[in-house]
Amino acid sequence: MSATPASATPASGAPSSPEVPRAPLVVEFPFTRSLGPVQSAFLTGLRERTVLGVRTTGGRVLVPPVEYDPETSEEIGDLVEVGTTGTVTTWAWNPDPRRGQPLRTPFAWVLVRLDGADTGLLHALDASGPDAVRTGMRVRVRWAAERGGSITDIACFEPYRDGPESGAESGPESGGEGSPGRGSESGAEHRDDDPAEHRGPGNGTGSGTGSGTGRATRSGTGSGTRSTEPATPGAEGRAATGPRSHSGEFDDPVTGVVVPARLDYTYTPGRAQTRFISALAERRTTGERCPSCRKVYVPPRGACPTCGVATSEQVEVGPRGTVTTFCIVNIKAKNLDIEVPYVYAHIALDGADLPLHGRIAGIPYDRVRMGLRVEPVWTGDDRHPDHYRPTGEPDADYDTYRELL
Amino acid sequence: MRDVAIVAFSQTDHVRSSEEVSEVEMLMPVLHDVLGRTGLRTGDIGFTCSGSCDYLAGRAFSFTMALDGVGAWPPIPESHVEMDGAWALYEAWVKLLTGEADTALVYAYGKSSPGSVRDVLTRQLDPYYLAPLWPDSVALAALQAQALIDSGETDEPALAAIAERSRTAAEGNPHAQLRGPRPQGGYVVRPLRTGDCPPVGDGAAAVVLAAGDRARELCPRPAWIRGMDHRVEPHALGVRDLTDSPSTRLAAERAGVHERPVDTAELHAPFTSQEVVLRKALRLGDSVAVNPSGGALAANPVMAAGLIRVGEAAAAVHRGASGRALAHATSGPCLQQNLVAVLEGEPHAR
Repeated sequence: MSATPASATPASGAPSSPEVPRAPLVVEFPFTRSLGPVQSAFLTGLRERTVLGVRTTGGRVLVPPVEYDPETSEEIGDLVEVGTTGTVTTWAWNPDPRRGQPLRTPFAWVLVRLDGADTGLLHALDASGPDAVRTGMRVRVRWAAERGGSITDIACFEPYRDGPESGAESGPESGGEGSPGRGSESGAEHRDDDPAEHRGPGNGTGSGTGSGTGRATRSGTGSGTRSTEPATPGAEGRAATGPRSHSGEFDDPVTGVVVPARLDYTYTPGRAQTRFISALAERRTTGERCPSCRKVYVPPRGACPTCGVATSEQVEVGPRGTVTTFCIVNIKAKNLDIEVPYVYAHIALDGADLPLHGRIAGIPYDRVRMGLRVEPVWTGDDRHPDHYRPTGEPDADYDTYRELL
Repeated sequence: MRDVAIVAFSQTDHVRSSEEVSEVEMLMPVLHDVLGRTGLRTGDIGFTCSGSCDYLAGRAFSFTMALDGVGAWPPIPESHVEMDGAWALYEAWVKLLTGEADTALVYAYGKSSPGSVRDVLTRQLDPYYLAPLWPDSVALAALQAQALIDSGETDEPALAAIAERSRTAAEGNPHAQLRGPRPQGGYVVRPLRTGDCPPVGDGAAAVVLAAGDRARELCPRPAWIRGMDHRVEPHALGVRDLTDSPSTRLAAERAGVHERPVDTAELHAPFTSQEVVLRKALRLGDSVAVNPSGGALAANPVMAAGLIRVGEAAAAVHRGASGRALAHATSGPCLQQNLVAVLEGEPHAR
């Protein structure tokens, strides 16, 4: 009960009361999500080291792509391939990477407008320090060695000086473009990169939101008149020709993603439940009485749900009680070491005005009935009742518990 | 259309950790206080609406537990938004405007102390392109701050001045978590320093709304809601101009902010840089008192901080400190969603 995981942030400066029980609470979920045609093409493309965007009817190229135009809400699906190099439009230096973030060493968060795109892609930039990052700087994709169709197939971005490439993209996988027919052109991009070619806003429609700062900085590093002109058709290289149509078709497309999520909490139960838990450790079951309607709630949660006032008067209830209603469980729950079928019941402890939940054992499942008198069987460590078993008393009269159903 | 007013407001003292109490235990005194200010009991309330977030609690349907503090028997008309309570207030306002109820109780609460709110808030992001990268709330705000600095609209000293002004103002707010100026500190995520970021804390707030003569009965100087509107930006951050807030601008226009000058503005700007964006979008002049409560930089209980802005604006009207106040609430990264309300202390001239 007292373990606090290192990842849970304790209250800074707040003295923690020693009597507050606490326990780690980990919420972990693999969210399984299906992809529409546009997201499927984009994420499959990343697996194949190809970045796809979508062109709106207004001519803007959105990267990452979406299925509906954020301005007009039209359904869109006109896929285009954009560059794997781009320009930082804003950034933030992250000195202390957190769990799950793309890099373990300090890095910059960046919005990158890839060559040919009109919008920014959020990712990490691997740079030596904040002095090595600026808005307007040129960057390129660093692909993850293992790619399966997710945004993390881009390991991160890295600084990129426009010019003849020494080794194409990066690492041992460079050179092997996944899609025939695009490989040579992609290669051309790397061989023929001219510093000026990347300065234009892609297809000439990139003068919209968010481009002002980047453009200003780029003009400082660009080379003359071409720096602010839209790319010219017929020029060499991907960026110069702007985004090119792409079918979005790949072998073995990715149609879904599994997104694991984990959050760590330190659970504390509050005053009323703390009192309840503390009493359980002494094999006592306590309820709390509402000062207004006089009902006794077990387990108490600190408030009377009928009157909306705090409960505080402690009332010891049970240990015996009456089964008010029950069900027979036939499906084994994961990680639950109880043979099925078993009985789960509402049990009105003597003196309580609200039944609590409990498992019934010590009697064949098909012999459990409404009115059965039961008593708790405690766990070996005395922390709480493990289950309830018959007391052997005669069944309770229906009228004694009918109000508690 | 009926006139609807905020007739009472209450909030907790906001603290770094309220681990000794459960959500409902934290909330109940606020509910009792706000009802006590009007003399109403739960059974008198026509509609109840709340705002909170399961991801903060780490538990599904966590708001149902908090509902125990309201007294929901005999059955009451009730609703909940998985958002800041300002949006619950919007829902209640509509309910009163349509005549379905004459009074409403709106409350909101958030306990950030059980988890790490920077991690928790990553789960509100697009699950395909953003959430797998775990960009935290400070990082996203920092991207916005850098865009503002690059555009020449602010710089680090100006941001520090916003932090200092806010926390100095909070010296007069007994509920605030950070009262009085403090060092800007080091970078959390550059260019944002500790002082540019809101405190992490727990807290709750509640307001009571009433329509027409009912409001006049319940409050000597009701804060009449003259207009309220909320708008949203495209969810993809890279599509937006982070230096601007068109949604705030439009919401303000639709809420009628510019029909007459406001004297007070409670802005929900958890980060100093966001105040720069909001001031521009709302065209606030220097004569407007911005965040006399200290704002979210002094106390930012997630899911309640926006409702508190509306409540603080209403309270300023109640005590005669404001004749016409603007309240703003935000939700989501980099001012993604924005709500603007206009409150006045005088009877509506028709």
